[in-house]
Amino acid sequence: MHNHRVIPGFGLSLGFTITYLSLIILIPLAALFLNAGGLGPAEWWRILSTPRVLAAAKLTFGASAAAAAVSVGVGLLVTWVLVRYRFPGRRLLDAMVDLPFALPTAVAGITLTSLYAPNGWLGGYLAKWGIQGAYSPFGVFIALTFIGFPFVVRTVQPVMEDLGSELEEAAATLGAGRWTVFRRVILPALVPALVTGFTLAFARAIGEYGSVIFISGNLPMKTEILPLLIVSQLEQYKYRDAAVIAAGMLLVSFTLLFLINLLQRQLDWHKR
Amino acid sequence: MSISIQSIHKAFGNYTALDDISLEVPDGSLTALLGPSGSGKTTLLRIVAGLECADPGSGRILFHGKDVSEVAAGKRGVGFVFQHYALFKHMTIAQNIAFGLDVMPFAQRPKRAEIRQRVAELLHLVRLEGLDKRRPHELSGGQRQRVALARALAIRPKVLLLDEPFGALDAQVRKELRRWLRQFHDEINLTTLFVTHDQEEALELADQVVVMRNARIEQTGTPQQIYDEPRTSFVYEFLGEVNKLPDGRYIRPHEIELRFAAEEGVDVTGRVSHLFVAGPFARVSVVPEHGRRGELEIWASRDQVEEMALANGDVIGLHFPTLKKLT
Amino acid sequence: MPHRCPTTESAPARWLLIGLALLLLSLFLLLPLLAVFVEAFRRGAEVFFAALHTDAALSAVRLTLLAAAISVPLNTVFGLAAAWAVTKHRFRGRALLISLIDLPFAVSPVIAGLVWVLLFGAKGWCGPWLAAHDLKIIFDVPGIILATVFVTFPFVARELIPLMEAQGNDQELAAVTLGASGWQMFRRVTLPNIKWGLLYGVLLCNARAMGEFGAVSVVSGHIRGKTNTLPLHVEVLYNEYQFSAAFACATLLALLALVTLGLKSAVEQISHQGATRRT
Repeated sequence: MHNHRVIPGFGLSLGFTITYLSLIILIPLAALFLNAGGLGPAEWWRILSTPRVLAAAKLTFGASAAAAAVSVGVGLLVTWVLVRYRFPGRRLLDAMVDLPFALPTAVAGITLTSLYAPNGWLGGYLAKWGIQGAYSPFGVFIALTFIGFPFVVRTVQPVMEDLGSELEEAAATLGAGRWTVFRRVILPALVPALVTGFTLAFARAIGEYGSVIFISGNLPMKTEILPLLIVSQLEQYKYRDAAVIAAGMLLVSFTLLFLINLLQRQLDWHKR
Repeated sequence: MSISIQSIHKAFGNYTALDDISLEVPDGSLTALLGPSGSGKTTLLRIVAGLECADPGSGRILFHGKDVSEVAAGKRGVGFVFQHYALFKHMTIAQNIAFGLDVMPFAQRPKRAEIRQRVAELLHLVRLEGLDKRRPHELSGGQRQRVALARALAIRPKVLLLDEPFGALDAQVRKELRRWLRQFHDEINLTTLFVTHDQEEALELADQVVVMRNARIEQTGTPQQIYDEPRTSFVYEFLGEVNKLPDGRYIRPHEIELRFAAEEGVDVTGRVSHLFVAGPFARVSVVPEHGRRGELEIWASRDQVEEMALANGDVIGLHFPTLKKLT
Repeated sequence: MPHRCPTTESAPARWLLIGLALLLLSLFLLLPLLAVFVEAFRRGAEVFFAALHTDAALSAVRLTLLAAAISVPLNTVFGLAAAWAVTKHRFRGRALLISLIDLPFAVSPVIAGLVWVLLFGAKGWCGPWLAAHDLKIIFDVPGIILATVFVTFPFVARELIPLMEAQGNDQELAAVTLGASGWQMFRRVTLPNIKWGLLYGVLLCNARAMGEFGAVSVVSGHIRGKTNTLPLHVEVLYNEYQFSAAFACATLLALLALVTLGLKSAVEQISHQGATRRT
């Protein structure tokens, strides 16, 4: 038995891990792809090229990308303030950032809707400016930003904490102004973390359901997102359509995540 | 208990860590595995401990003539001290030391009172009495080191293995602990094998030094043999400073004799390029004349340097009493 | 001119940034949280408590607790096994396995429900067989549990893998050389070292299990008093325009979130203190 492992439990833990992973995740997902894959390209094209699916895809990916981008901005500001400054209530604020992780999405959905509805606390102000908060693509964007920005804070925070002051001090002694230091020294060091944060926020936003369906109003062609479209296909017992849309959606998001991952490696490589 | 390592081979992927290693560690000896990083010394130690397995089809490890290659690490009766000690952070010092006894099968496990007694003995042995209730993070590096040693000894191992035992300590503690470990070894008289990359440590501490390089053993011998009769140029260069002459011969700085240029028996003349005197010693750098390149380093006594009234730029003679040509 | 530290911003700029962050977070986080409670009590405490005291609400709470009570322990055991396999051992395909464990994060909750419908639904692969044996998974409690297990799958593993990777194997190997068995090593050496990370993962897993909406919504069938979890019950009430009742039930979930956050901070605090003490 020359290849024995020094730390025991390898067979047991790996066996359980793979069995459980297969039963809970891989086999069900395989079922989805087999279901959808068995239909052939023509059928796929017929289902995915309908204007309703295309409109929902455009809204889902567009609003998700916009929300993730804004999350990066908001997240960077919040992280900066949390890491760099000391002020009363900082610890509380730090803990609160995780609220969107912990708050069930349905609750987030109904409370955001009540706030941004035309008669709500914030919706009223927005209406004065001619902006419709809830029941519009903008509402979808708001919900997705709410869900997404903690991902950015939590990925950037440790990197910013580890940054140390030496680099900045070096730049300052070389005569660089504060803004230059931020732009040329701090920001480049944060870029990989920001990209990771963007990716996580984006991935979560694409699939998000609970927080969106209340605020969006769910008008086909206008404010309907892909996950909702899947649900409505299911409710009409159009299992195949649901499976094809779901499989297509997964393929697109896996591809996007894969590409962003490649970009990430490039960035990390440059850093070294 | 003697250790016999017989043609052990180990590769990690394409990288050969140990290439056909054979070694005898006599009973009760203190043996050093000395080499630069990447020479395979730690891998060898871990294979002896059973923490790593030699490649299939390669040789055997014998403890006192008995093949232990197939025996699991926990059953080999080795005490292993890790480079960074690997103390259990959440346990007290006493719990750490008692761990090996606590986890014995019920039938073999000593009674509680016996365990307590044994822990107290070990704490006394490593001179840490009174620290039993502390936790590892409250101890200094040198103290943690000794806790790790006590913990390894608690199970009454037949062989003691130490991986860079002083690697993580600062210079002062290192020296103290080194002397202490030598005395300690003589007291308990346990076959001990330790890994180090510090030649001074190996030479001062060990009965037998094994110099390793690139997965192979370069030379095995007593510290005296290794220092005085290096078999390869690598061993020569690795153990202390050495002058390499352009014709491939070697000579240590203290072996070169300083003479006046016109004196008899001068092998080379040269110009003093640097002179450094500290306490009773002097370091003299000499650039040889007549087209020879490179500087020679000579260690002389302060008295001699002052007697000869040496100064930078002087031309002096050098005498080489012993010169070795090596591969 | 007052002395200015070259590596921080001027006081006004600093307070402007802090003010901006506070404003954003209040609008974005505090206000929605506050709104839950305001809306819940809009029509008085009596309506609030009445909404919680209906049979439908109570059975929704019960089902939510049941789903969490099954999925959290399952995924905790899985998390421990997976982390043990990938951090204490090296094997081919290890990197692939780690990314597969993260896979459910990239899958929409709706799809997490859909896959079970495709497997066990009336028109699904096993549907006819289940119907023949009078077994029901979809639109019933087992489906809800399966959907919850799917979405909460990676939470514990995700916390433990980086933690155990960072801790390395030295202490386990030390235990091996001292003769400890596998179980002794796990219980007496590994577990004490990862307990806070484990608790943290369990907390997050539990919060998601109790709050999951999309996945269970797909498999539940919304049968009131039977297959509604608390988040689904909130949706049903909301869609029936019983806003105060919907928000009343939502306060329970909001409280769950607040308790989770509080415990999470406490765990972070304790484990952080431990970590700094130990270096």
